[in-house]
Amino acid sequence: MTYIPNTPREQAEMLATIGVSSIEELFQDIPPRYRYPKLNLPPALSEMEAAAELKELAENNENVRDHLISFLGAGAYFHYIPAAVDHILRRGEFYTAYTPYQPEISQGTLQAIFEYQSLMCALTGMEVSNASHYDGATAVAEAVNMAYAVFRGKRTRIVISPSVHPQYRAVVRTYVQGMGLELVGDESEANALQSPFEIESLIDPNTALVIVQYPDFLGRLYDYTSLVQIAHAQGALVCIAANPTALALFKTPGEMGADIVVGEAQPLGIPLSFGGPYLGYFTTRKQYVHKMAGRLVGETVDQRGQRAYVLTLTAREQHIKRERATSNICTNQGLMALAAAVYLSLLGKQGLRQVAELCYHKAHYAAQRLSQIPGFSLAYREPFFHEFAIRLPRPFEEVQHHLLEHDILGGYHLGADYPSLKDHLLIAVTEMNTREEIDYFCEVLQEVSHD
Amino acid sequence: MNIPSHLKYTKTDEWFDPSSGKVGLTDYAQSQLSDIVFVEILVSEGEQVEAGKPIASVESVKAAAEAYAPVSGKVIAINSELVNSPELLNKDPYGSAWLIQIEGGDASALLDAAAYEKYCAEREH
Repeated sequence: MTYIPNTPREQAEMLATIGVSSIEELFQDIPPRYRYPKLNLPPALSEMEAAAELKELAENNENVRDHLISFLGAGAYFHYIPAAVDHILRRGEFYTAYTPYQPEISQGTLQAIFEYQSLMCALTGMEVSNASHYDGATAVAEAVNMAYAVFRGKRTRIVISPSVHPQYRAVVRTYVQGMGLELVGDESEANALQSPFEIESLIDPNTALVIVQYPDFLGRLYDYTSLVQIAHAQGALVCIAANPTALALFKTPGEMGADIVVGEAQPLGIPLSFGGPYLGYFTTRKQYVHKMAGRLVGETVDQRGQRAYVLTLTAREQHIKRERATSNICTNQGLMALAAAVYLSLLGKQGLRQVAELCYHKAHYAAQRLSQIPGFSLAYREPFFHEFAIRLPRPFEEVQHHLLEHDILGGYHLGADYPSLKDHLLIAVTEMNTREEIDYFCEVLQEVSHD
Repeated sequence: MNIPSHLKYTKTDEWFDPSSGKVGLTDYAQSQLSDIVFVEILVSEGEQVEAGKPIASVESVKAAAEAYAPVSGKVIAINSELVNSPELLNKDPYGSAWLIQIEGGDASALLDAAAYEKYCAEREH
């Protein structure tokens, strides 16, 4: 079967219309040696042979599920995903290339998104959630877009903490190009361990948005209530980028008074994958709903009075509001939002809290053990959740090499983003790490300290 | 179609009351937009506006539209009530749903009721 959807007769008609006699003549401007190059492909394989070859190629990848012991986090976390999540995702009704939104045929999809929105609001302590964004970084960037729209471009300063994920900050910088916004707070790398509250002095009456992370990129936990109050006194909005697992255990950003709460929802039932797909969540207060980007599903009743779900407040989106819309992105990660909704529903409030408690206790056990190894020390004394930074006694590359030889993915090198934190390792511990693994990690690191 | 004769009109479907300086959206505009669910006034009291510049943003269940200043002048009042009850734009377009009040506006370039009625009728086809 050919994938070229026209017949030889139609081709002849098109050639006659443009005035050339053949396809070859049409392509004559392309140098002959590029026209139909020999591809030198090996002979075709049978399905069985192809599967074997692909398996062999796949086995060249290291992965945390079968092989490596991982303490790597830095924004994406290795959690257990109940088998039912994948099973539900792969149902034909949900597993489509594009999210179907027509209420006449898509009540299931719309209800799933509505449940997702409700769950994210409960988790963050906020009033409204959209149907999701691509990932945590783009969700933060959309918070900037929203603040810009709330002040109709009249406030032009964005204050961002240096301890917001470096990749989120890079994506925000990409988004704000040409908007006439000034991004301040994270320029100085002099002291990467400075408290995020240091940015308070930069908040002025021209500030549209203040952005902090919870826990921050280095793992530190702060109650941002006082920072929110200072920002609000200047009329600015506050965005808190939060790890959703941590929210099962600690004070919510909603309780701190945040105006926008966003983040990476990959920890909620989405596997680690280089390049995604991941899931950006975005929640805010009801008073800002008309300035929020993205799709929004609402509950209503149909003409027979039965409960029904529909996309709502669509006139704020770019296909209707054109250049005056908050964002030119209105797509969502439908399947990933479904994964998060299924994951949260399966675990329930108690289950998610148990996951968070396991992460917390295991991480604190690891931190305590690691800090007892001669030469190793915790980088800070602030409280943390499931990720913390340690100072290494030797160069990072050396330590990493030694760990990889023992099949351990040791963590994230903070020196890559913060020059002052050279040879500092960011270590994440989740419920997936057994006590034996943590003890083994410490033993292997002990060898480094002895060398 | 309700087109009061004491008002002046624009081709972008705003009305202007030369005696009070109030500005609003016409009956024709609200009927085209259908159910209005959101209105945001884009100017503040004391601000100088120029004819033709956006003064409000309106969203209905199906569409989004801008309202433009029919005349140049100083904004002396905005209807803050409207933000909480955008449906007034459908119910009472020439009364309680006024958007802003402009001082010193020159209405001489605007359409009168008869001309606006003719203009609306032309667009019906």
